Amino acid sequence: MTFAYEIPLLILLLVTAGGAILMKDLMSAVLLLGCYSFFLALVWAWLGAVDVAFVEVVVGAGLATVLFLLTLFGTAPKDGRLRRPPPPLTALIALPLLGVLMLYAAKDLPEFGDPNSPASTHISPMYLERSYQDTHTPNVVTSVLMDYRSLDTMVETVVIFTAGIACVLLLRRKVS
Amino acid sequence: MIQPHDSIIVQSLGRFLVPVVQLFGLYVLFFGQYGPGGGFVGGVILGASMILTILIFGHDASRSRLAKKLLHGDGVGMLIYAGVGGLCLIGGGEFLNYAHLDIPGLETASRRSLGILLTQIGVAIDVAVSAISIVFSLSAEEIIEDSMND
Repeated sequence: MTFAYEIPLLILLLVTAGGAILMKDLMSAVLLLGCYSFFLALVWAWLGAVDVAFVEVVVGAGLATVLFLLTLFGTAPKDGRLRRPPPPLTALIALPLLGVLMLYAAKDLPEFGDPNSPASTHISPMYLERSYQDTHTPNVVTSVLMDYRSLDTMVETVVIFTAGIACVLLLRRKVS
Repeated sequence: MIQPHDSIIVQSLGRFLVPVVQLFGLYVLFFGQYGPGGGFVGGVILGASMILTILIFGHDASRSRLAKKLLHGDGVGMLIYAGVGGLCLIGGGEFLNYAHLDIPGLETASRRSLGILLTQIGVAIDVAVSAISIVFSLSAEEIIEDSMND
């Protein structure tokens, strides 16, 4: 595993994420969030999850940015700057503790690409071996999503459908 | 209400780009079984091309009237997906078990491949229409009312 790409990418991720949170100007925050999605997609691609990277680029960096910008123009605040109260003391104490706890737990996670990890021993070998004979679909991700786990994907589609309907119903306006 | 963009550069680039984006979306949708991509991404790209049309040519351009008509199709994608599942039920299998799609002359694996393709089209339509309708409801005051009262 090389560190040549990893470290700069992760630093860029942290910088853009922090910038999107701390930025006072809403427009810059939205654009920085798009950059963040793009770097996240690069990380996914680098980890070998090309499908996830594709979705992240198209939805995170493309569609979500457009939706945020349209919301920004639609609400049209006179002053696009945020006034943010300082974070409460409990959050300042509790969140670093939580981070330390997570780092402590992350030590026990399996190595990346470990063939004996629970994720790659349970049912994924069966998918990988039988996908092509079963479904004539070379892309295992697609065959898992749309065939072996198609009921899950259907419910996901219902979620998207519901979100679309809810947006239309909530944002529908009459011309006065 | 979004007015047409008055820059000639944006207009000509849009005329060139929108078909390319749509073609790419279709490619991603139908190539999803052989490479990265699939219904979700393909649908978002198709929806994004419609959004680009609205942003460049405005709400009233003839091209975005197509997008407005598409709003009536909210739920068609869902119907396709669930309908494939229902066809499997009719064919004598479990819900969404594509091996029981009742099409003569196809072996089991090809039937499952076809089922994947059909459900992907369903997902793509659902996602594209949802994206367009969210953009419409964010940006237009009277469009939604119009399309609902038609």
